[in-house]
Amino acid sequence: MFHFCADPSILPDWQWFACYLTSGTHLAFYRSFLVVIVLLLVVAPLALGMGMLGALAQRSQVLPLSLLGRGYVNLVRGVPDIVFFLFVPIALGQGIEWVLHQVNCPDWDQPIRQGDDFVVCREAKMPPIGASAWVRNVYGFAMAAVAFALVFGAFVANTLYGAMQAVPRAQIETAEAYGLTRAQAFRRIVLPQMWVFALPGLSNIWQILIKATPLLFLLGIQDAVFWARELGGAKTSLFTYPHPDWRVWYFLVLLVFYLLLTWASERGFGWLTTRVSRGQATAEGERQRRRAAA
Amino acid sequence: MRTCAESFAGYFLRPLGREHGENLLPRGLDITFCDQAFLIAGGLIWNLYFAGIAILVGFFLATGVALAKFSERAWLNRPASAFVFVFRGSPLFIQFFFFYSAFVLLPRAGLEIPLGFTTLTLHTSALTTAQVGALIVLILNTTAYSAELFYGALRAIPKGDLEAADAYGLTGLGRFRRIVWPNMLRLAWPSYTNEAIFLTHSTTLVFLSAFPARQQSGEAFYYARYFVDQTFNPFVAYPLVAFYFILLTLAIIAGFGLVNLRLNRHLPRPQRARIRFRPQYIR
Repeated sequence: MFHFCADPSILPDWQWFACYLTSGTHLAFYRSFLVVIVLLLVVAPLALGMGMLGALAQRSQVLPLSLLGRGYVNLVRGVPDIVFFLFVPIALGQGIEWVLHQVNCPDWDQPIRQGDDFVVCREAKMPPIGASAWVRNVYGFAMAAVAFALVFGAFVANTLYGAMQAVPRAQIETAEAYGLTRAQAFRRIVLPQMWVFALPGLSNIWQILIKATPLLFLLGIQDAVFWARELGGAKTSLFTYPHPDWRVWYFLVLLVFYLLLTWASERGFGWLTTRVSRGQATAEGERQRRRAAA
Repeated sequence: MRTCAESFAGYFLRPLGREHGENLLPRGLDITFCDQAFLIAGGLIWNLYFAGIAILVGFFLATGVALAKFSERAWLNRPASAFVFVFRGSPLFIQFFFFYSAFVLLPRAGLEIPLGFTTLTLHTSALTTAQVGALIVLILNTTAYSAELFYGALRAIPKGDLEAADAYGLTGLGRFRRIVWPNMLRLAWPSYTNEAIFLTHSTTLVFLSAFPARQQSGEAFYYARYFVDQTFNPFVAYPLVAFYFILLTLAIIAGFGLVNLRLNRHLPRPQRARIRFRPQYIR
């Protein structure tokens, strides 16, 4: 990084650290924090979408649809989700390969599960054989994102369903009195008003989602935990930057990173709560109205 | 192929160590369904150990931390709030890594603390084992989460009950033991039940992170992962471990429900707080 970094072994302390902390692997470590942020940004809308679908399915008047919604929410919530995080990517990966196998190789005559192996034909391998490392990484990341979206979608569905039920009945009756259809009443009355009820639950789920992101490490993704272990471990003099076991400092950095993240989002949700309470028939909304009038 | 009885004899107590069953875990094609069912069930011993001790110790520590956080004295309330913030704001998974790498740095031989008349030797090597080190992390973690629940409950104690205590001339420890504490527990109990469930579920993280499983003796989920790695078939071991955990969850709900009945026995039925299962596993 810096011009004086050519031979770190002769550098004074501060220059040594300047070089050490800007080495190639350290830059990868810093980028891995971005992976965490990207995962959060990808999973949040996905989970919100899954949750909305789940909540709508639960509310549906079509029995099979409502059973499907309830089944999804209760199954995911009833099983430890660490099981889901490890189960979904493997099961989904095998499922995709199985489907591709059926489509691409209809005349394959051997069984797919041979003892301990899961064997599909060459064309059905995912990611495709010979794919670049970049494609493999994106594929693994996408699998993880789907697993997160599935689990957190169920939590969100439960919260949104409760929030829809919490919108005062009189509001919907008024809408009906004006001749709005069920769909119209939902779009124009329930949907804008439900967020104030959903927000405490959603904020809770968001905090849990943040704290679930280090589990990416278990899915073999090179995230912050992976790099903290790699970089922190003791390095002998064979390495350019030899040092004793510094893992504890790397994990301290991670700890502080997560504390900042949860603290900042707590503040963010506080602001959002004030915002969506504006003009609502709740205690907070009343307080704002009185303050504005005064 | 082993029979089911052989699997039971060989593997049910294997999680306790090599002396309690087969030397090696079943491998590859040799794995039967009974192996998976019994070894994973045996692993639950460790889940019960971690969760049971952490909940028991954490319960008393959390009462203290909650009182400190509720206190109006800054020197009590600041550190308690900071403790709760740090342990609730960061992932348990990272806490395991952090404490393990800190415990490893302690001198192997033990720390000598001179007390003047005698020298106290702390055996630090035990801290790097999951059975002691991870247990400490779990205790600290559940203390923080439960302290926050108890703190919320302390703030919600009905004013009338405290006034009644004053009217009867109750002060200090008597007031705490007869009025404040039972009320706090009663109000916090439904959410505390959920906390106990989350903690039990998060014992599955112990061997996933930094702490090593010596002699391949681990908890239920460790074995489930082992079997999935061996057979590359996630459709047997994971559903099994999920099934066991659902049973465990139901047992916790039943046990804590009995305590809840006792805490609320003076109240008319409709006023009693009901325990509802609200799972949020990851912490």
